[in-house]
Amino acid sequence: MELLEALSAKFNYWIYVIIMMIGLYAMISKNNLVKKLIGMSIFQTAIILFYVSIGVKEGDTIPILYHDQVHPSHGDSHHGADTGHGEDHHPSHEEIVANLHIEPDDFANPLPHVLMLTAIVVGVATLGVGLALTQKIYRDFGSIEENEILESIKSAK
Amino acid sequence: MDTQRREGGLWQMIWAFDLITLIFLVITAIISLQTKDLLSAAMIFGVYSFLMCLLWAGMAAVDVAFTESAVGAGVSAVFLIATVLRTTRRSSD
Repeated sequence: MELLEALSAKFNYWIYVIIMMIGLYAMISKNNLVKKLIGMSIFQTAIILFYVSIGVKEGDTIPILYHDQVHPSHGDSHHGADTGHGEDHHPSHEEIVANLHIEPDDFANPLPHVLMLTAIVVGVATLGVGLALTQKIYRDFGSIEENEILESIKSAK
Repeated sequence: MDTQRREGGLWQMIWAFDLITLIFLVITAIISLQTKDLLSAAMIFGVYSFLMCLLWAGMAAVDVAFTESAVGAGVSAVFLIATVLRTTRRSSD
């Protein structure tokens, strides 16, 4: 029963591990170079998924401030008073910061998001380099199967 | 500020949404690696990236979600299709 609880409470982590192992298996055991690169991408996205899921909190929302969190409403006679004496109702930066009431638990942690944004772009660059190498290998050896390439390297020697 | 927090029922719905999307993610990953046709492998990998993007939107990581939908499902699928067109479409495994 305890095992079942441990499996079900963290089911998303288990699925990330499964996806990661699928990618690792493809990188190791597939013969086709394009399949190997797809496996590498799956491996990378599984790790990125794990890191993004760390920043999630229960009942959170997207890490963007709403307008009434930064500018709390003063009352109904706001606009009438504004036209009366103009420069009065322009709160300075310090006043805005002092009036902020932000609960950090309401927002998802944006730090893993920013880090993983970089990792996604790097992953696509890696995939592009790998596919360019695959095209070059196909031009030289006439095949993108690893065992056939190794055969032709051995027979050329 | 409490009104902006997600309500309990909605949070439960997102839990179920996550589970269904993760199961489809595993299925698409396996299919894209097992199919012998590299063009369909590339297309199913695009589906995988799109499901990943949905998952990140559900995790309140909207910036990561639309970067993945532009870069993962868009650019890397185009790279894969270009490679398949310039090399060969069949795969032995």
